[in-house]
Amino acid sequence: MTVSNVDVNNEAKTLTITAQFDASTEQVWQLWANPRKLEQWWGPPTYPATVVEHNLIAGGRVTYFMTSPEGDKHHGWWRIVNVEAPTLLKFEDGFGDADGNPNPEMPITVARVTIGALDEGGTQMTIESNFPTAEVMAQMVEMGMKDGMTLAVGQMDALL
Amino acid sequence: MIERDSVEQRTDLVFQALADATRRDIVRLTMHGGYSVTELARHYPMSFAAVQKHVAVLQRAQLVTKQRRGREQMVRGRLDTVHNAAMLLDQFAALWRDRLDRFGDVLADDTQGETK
Repeated sequence: MTVSNVDVNNEAKTLTITAQFDASTEQVWQLWANPRKLEQWWGPPTYPATVVEHNLIAGGRVTYFMTSPEGDKHHGWWRIVNVEAPTLLKFEDGFGDADGNPNPEMPITVARVTIGALDEGGTQMTIESNFPTAEVMAQMVEMGMKDGMTLAVGQMDALL
Repeated sequence: MIERDSVEQRTDLVFQALADATRRDIVRLTMHGGYSVTELARHYPMSFAAVQKHVAVLQRAQLVTKQRRGREQMVRGRLDTVHNAAMLLDQFAALWRDRLDRFGDVLADDTQGETK
């Protein structure tokens, strides 16, 4: 795999990340479409993800929890905005409360994933993630700073 | 006086200022409109002087501005500084990079052993 480009646009509050894989479009898609595969990469090894609900249709939901080394469960959810298998997936990405229901207090980001075959062979995947409002940024700063200045990847995951 | 500070020093000020829960709350609150220190003091179980100190720290970090309105100083959150906490976005990027590393590993396992 090659991550060819990571672009952070502060003005547009957008992160764009592009990667190429030596695999087919369908194989790349399966890592999103198959919950057992999604679990293998969504959370870091120290915060493994367990997907509960996985319904990749427009308006459908994906719910999951990540388990901390202490055994605490951090719930998260996606709401599917648009899906065109195996090339497009757009979803809202938010947090859940202790019961796994969407927590309206927490920020929501929107991710747009596009997958396409490259002329020279292989597959390119682009993920565009944006923070819709300035308020979300403020919330992220707030939560990111919860435990001081350092922000572990595990904590960042709580932001997603 | 802030101008001669290096970017790193300024970033430190921002993150130190935001390391306190009350100060984060003040930034969040004043992002939506001005509050006088008196009004802010009513929000928190602490003295006027303590709130004033928090506001001073935030002001030094350029996270809020103070504007005089009549007898009161209105405190306002500064969106631009919050936006400039670009470090956070960088870490967000790092998170996705890590995810994509794992994504690549899982995919490699899938495609391994396949006849091409």
